[in-house]
Amino acid sequence: MQVVSPIREHLVTGGKTYHDVTEDICRHVESKPTKEWKIAFIISVVVLIYGASWVLWTWWEGLGVWGLNKTVGWAWDITNFVWWVGIGHAGTLISAILLLFRQKWRTSINRAAEAMTIFAVLCAASFILMHMGRPWLAYWALPLPNTFGSLWVNFNSPLVWDVFAISTYFSVSCLFWYIGMVPDLATIRDRATGIRKSIYGALSLGWTGGAKSWARYEDVSLILAGLSTPLVLSVHTIVSFDFATSVIPGWHTTIFPPYFVAGAIFSGFAMVQNLMLVTRVVYKLEDYITIEHIGLMNKIITVTGSIVGVAYITEFFIAFYSGVQYESYAFLNRATGPLWWSYAAMMTCNVLSPQIFWFKSLRENIVVSFVIAVVVNIGMWFERFVIIVTSLHRDYLPSSWTYFTPRMGDIGDYIFSFGFFFTLFFLFSKYLPVINMAEVKSVLKSSSEKTTEEKEVSAH
Amino acid sequence: MADKKYIVGIFDDEDDVMHAIGNIRGNGVKIHEVFTPYPVHGLDLALGYDRPRMGVAAFLFGITGTSLAFLLTFWTLGVDWPMNIGGKNFFPFPTNIPIVFELTVLLAAYGMSFTFFFMEGLGPTVKPVIFDPRSTDDKFVMAIDLGKNKSSEGDITELLKGNGATEVNIKEI
Repeated sequence: MQVVSPIREHLVTGGKTYHDVTEDICRHVESKPTKEWKIAFIISVVVLIYGASWVLWTWWEGLGVWGLNKTVGWAWDITNFVWWVGIGHAGTLISAILLLFRQKWRTSINRAAEAMTIFAVLCAASFILMHMGRPWLAYWALPLPNTFGSLWVNFNSPLVWDVFAISTYFSVSCLFWYIGMVPDLATIRDRATGIRKSIYGALSLGWTGGAKSWARYEDVSLILAGLSTPLVLSVHTIVSFDFATSVIPGWHTTIFPPYFVAGAIFSGFAMVQNLMLVTRVVYKLEDYITIEHIGLMNKIITVTGSIVGVAYITEFFIAFYSGVQYESYAFLNRATGPLWWSYAAMMTCNVLSPQIFWFKSLRENIVVSFVIAVVVNIGMWFERFVIIVTSLHRDYLPSSWTYFTPRMGDIGDYIFSFGFFFTLFFLFSKYLPVINMAEVKSVLKSSSEKTTEEKEVSAH
Repeated sequence: MADKKYIVGIFDDEDDVMHAIGNIRGNGVKIHEVFTPYPVHGLDLALGYDRPRMGVAAFLFGITGTSLAFLLTFWTLGVDWPMNIGGKNFFPFPTNIPIVFELTVLLAAYGMSFTFFFMEGLGPTVKPVIFDPRSTDDKFVMAIDLGKNKSSEGDITELLKGNGATEVNIKEI
């Protein structure tokens, strides 16, 4: 029998029974869409269509619709890609690393976080397709033989590593998410009737929840978590190699892999925080996603934000200490050059703003948490912008120095990714269980308000 | 298929069902399976199952992924069409680590998961035998195959009730 110290906060409040958990989560899947959901969904679809028209224009007209120039050949497109990939790190981190660390509080948020991960990676992938200019030739990135008209892909190139890393990450995340959902889909199947029963029946793959199945299922989950943990770290490492293996001052730094991974966790948690704060209110899930959960998320945001801060300062110091004038200048230009405002935005949003979470009252304040999570994601977008654009816009030849101004093509493509992301997220939140019912039930006995009270009473 | 008769005991709590398993098996009654809404730790061991060995599948598929990825990169860049890139080796090992790693993980994850689906007989067209639909909601359901037990229906029912089953039903398949 597991005994939980009464000092520890309850993971599930409100005296829920197993059946209450099923009811609370299934209700949203089984009921008709609410008016709020419909309005929010229609807005996302409108944004998606508007953005998609810009993407189509980008493909029709070519990359000239972006604000790129001879000196700055890579700007918003790659900034958005890295930003979305970064956001897409939180889900697997929550479900894999926190599973390995036996952090039970992950059970209420892992499902939505994993879904968010998958959608964010899809958004990131859409920017790769936009980059290509001729997306119908995207398959050239795969290792295909010479008869296709070119040589084999260069396996020494970080861009090819990216193809493998992102597609593996996406596939394995989908698998992890889906396997985690099978028992919950079976719960919905057993409650449903008619056509819904056949759909959820097919989706749940005939799951019955026998002891043998659960034992294997737990084994599979644990091994998938073990496989996903190095995978999630490898993905942003490889994304950082896109820059770190180049010879551009400001990019050619060995600190990039850990610094990018920390930044990715940072922005991913901020996005999870935003989505969960809205979901818990709209779906009335305050008993499952408690203030305790919000506080824990904020702690991780503060830690990773501080790691990122240390990385910024280290980079600066190393640029000076290296004695390489180009490197030193790249960093001086970042902070004091014409794009100083983006550097200031990055520093304020990422390093300073999360420090307010050292105060418990602010850490457990819903409005403050939401605002800071938005600020963090703005800051993380600027981080990528700073790294990419400020390192490029003043190159070795002062006569080619320039400034970067986005054009509607850049902005429209970015808007597309938001429409795409939220459309998918709203569909998920309506038709699939947003909280992992089976896992919440498994912690209910040891960590719910009801059972610990009963234990305290029976102990007397 | 011949009709099979099962006695289905319904329990309300994981501790009750765990306790009951020991007593029921101690009385020489064979349990067909216990269905629970969430993974109950130690349930598989209490029922006398072996520890799951999905790791074996993961390892075998993983090592296949490693080998295939290694062969792919080595054969394409080192044998089929060697390219002189900056005068470096035709097959520099360190730069191939990312691809080899990713394909190892990809094959291990998918190979193991599909092995799991195969072993459990899971698939989109499968029509599962559900002893009690509440087993995916809030009940712990124990199924006992009458044909495989010497004890009579009445004895087993008594045994289940005496060990905390809140409900005992008969299910014919």
